[in-house]
Amino acid sequence: MSERSELVLDTENPPSVPAERIGDIKPALLLSEDHDLCPGCGEPLALRMMLEAIEELAMAQRTIGVVGIGCYTALTSIMDVDLVQALHGRAPSLATGAKRMRPDELIFTLQGDGDMVNEGLQEVIHAAARGESITCVLLNNGVFGETGGHMTATTVIGQRTKNTIEGRNAEYHGHPILIAEMLAQLGGAAYVARCGVYNAGEIARTKRVLKKAFQTQIDGKGFSFVEILTMCPTGWFIPTQEGPDYLDNVLGAVHKLGELKAPSEETD
Amino acid sequence: MTRKLMEGSEAMAEAAVMAGCRFFAGYPMTPFTELLENFAKQLPAVDGVSINAESEIEAIGMAWGALATGARAATGSTGQGLALMQESLSELTRSELPLVYFNMARGQYDYYQATRGGGHGDYRHIVLAPIDVHEAVELTQLAFDLADRWRNPVQIYGDYLLAHTCEAVEVKRIEFPPLPEKSWAVDGSLGGTGKSRNINPIGMTKGTKGIDPEGFWLRLQAKHDAMQESEARFESEHCEDAELVVVAFGTMARFARYVVRELRNEGVRVGYFRPITLWPYPSAALKNAARGARRVAVLEQNAGQMIDDVRLSILGDAPVVSIGGISSDEAGFGIGPIFDTSVIRERIERGLGAEGNHS
Repeated sequence: MSERSELVLDTENPPSVPAERIGDIKPALLLSEDHDLCPGCGEPLALRMMLEAIEELAMAQRTIGVVGIGCYTALTSIMDVDLVQALHGRAPSLATGAKRMRPDELIFTLQGDGDMVNEGLQEVIHAAARGESITCVLLNNGVFGETGGHMTATTVIGQRTKNTIEGRNAEYHGHPILIAEMLAQLGGAAYVARCGVYNAGEIARTKRVLKKAFQTQIDGKGFSFVEILTMCPTGWFIPTQEGPDYLDNVLGAVHKLGELKAPSEETD
Repeated sequence: MTRKLMEGSEAMAEAAVMAGCRFFAGYPMTPFTELLENFAKQLPAVDGVSINAESEIEAIGMAWGALATGARAATGSTGQGLALMQESLSELTRSELPLVYFNMARGQYDYYQATRGGGHGDYRHIVLAPIDVHEAVELTQLAFDLADRWRNPVQIYGDYLLAHTCEAVEVKRIEFPPLPEKSWAVDGSLGGTGKSRNINPIGMTKGTKGIDPEGFWLRLQAKHDAMQESEARFESEHCEDAELVVVAFGTMARFARYVVRELRNEGVRVGYFRPITLWPYPSAALKNAARGARRVAVLEQNAGQMIDDVRLSILGDAPVVSIGGISSDEAGFGIGPIFDTSVIRERIERGLGAEGNHS
């Protein structure tokens, strides 16, 4: 397991491409820039990186996404790729059936931590163990955001949620599941990484990681998994602007960022 | 004509593959297991896929994903395994996916599950209950056609005897009228154009904000009403002048039909009525068949489930009595002492008499 990558600023060489304002760029695979998620939410950022990754790999017309149920589900109406809506927790089995019938397409799942790690844990584990040639993307904010901030299987010890009012207590509520670490142990998993969309460097790295995961699938190397830590200031009960720091210091301290497994020696 | 001695499971899998089924996923459970074995054997030979899923829930999920791409796909189990699939069975009905699924049931106690379902919301499935292996071959092919025609799940309700009995059958391809293109399926090619699709159970359209649940559910209800109007199937014999009409389905009906024919030969005025579709129930046909009858007797191998639909069909025209009941072997696989023509004859004769459980 590699240590969390540090953000390094290269002040010696000028940038090779001119700077662009992020607000000026509209990803080609987004039908609208409007969304109804809360201010400070990390999910639209993660989604944007995913759509840009698909676009940059020239896979827009060779992709089927299977979407779980959470706040991000509201974004399916504006994602311009073919999609199938799954039941809560069930995206990996749908993705399996789709991949087996369409082996040449890029098949991904988009799931939250409640979806993937609570309700559907067995699905993602078996898909990884089978070495199913799909990419599972987890948006992990350690909380059921859509229901208003309740404990999930990835909620960290001490984290306050609506049903762990005094903070998650290991003795009473049990321990969080570190899903990336679990999946990395399985023989069929070829690429496993965790990133977070809490600062510019990590946002950029998220896209690189997603591209590597998709490339792993395109190259037929096996199951790939990307966990993206996303801010949920509403579900964390903190001021919006504190979301990135909370992600870094609280969630990120337990769910450590980094590449856990890659098909080649080359890690990001 | 080339007839082969085949077990029901083998014949049904062969019929499914002949009908174009290219994907199957399942989890072993008696007496469904042999169907899974046969799909695992037959599908790779036609470049199809059969997956040993980690549970029934994943099995139906995998079929769901395969169906979304436009493939013909199926799953199945016993009633116990289908109990696990209920959430998916209801939700993929609202996704309008043409799933075919088999219940190789442990007897007839899954009638309510098959016809009422245990999932959430308003939904309906066509349920076909073959009487023997020959009919199972036909109904399996019909199931794939109906599923695609209505974009709705179709269940084949069989049992231990159907799955495990060898009969001389010919698995012959049935030609159905042409079906429309699957213009709703996703093949991954439509991104980046603004025409990408989202197969979902809430009637959501891409690029449109908000949904219209009521409008969507009413549209599905209208479809299910149209299915109910046009897809009821039945078989009947000797009902015209019958004093007693015996109603039975599936394997049980095979025994009932035999005994009714035997009694007719002796001049006893009994009739036989079999719903081939458990949903939609052939209510109008049954009401008509029972028009002159003094009594209607329901022979089903359970505590009394289909009798509800018989009563709803007859609407008080004649008393409806149960001549069936729970009857099981020691293993609970549904081959009870009731599967004996002398037992059934005695029950039908009792139904003709004054005694019995009047409605």
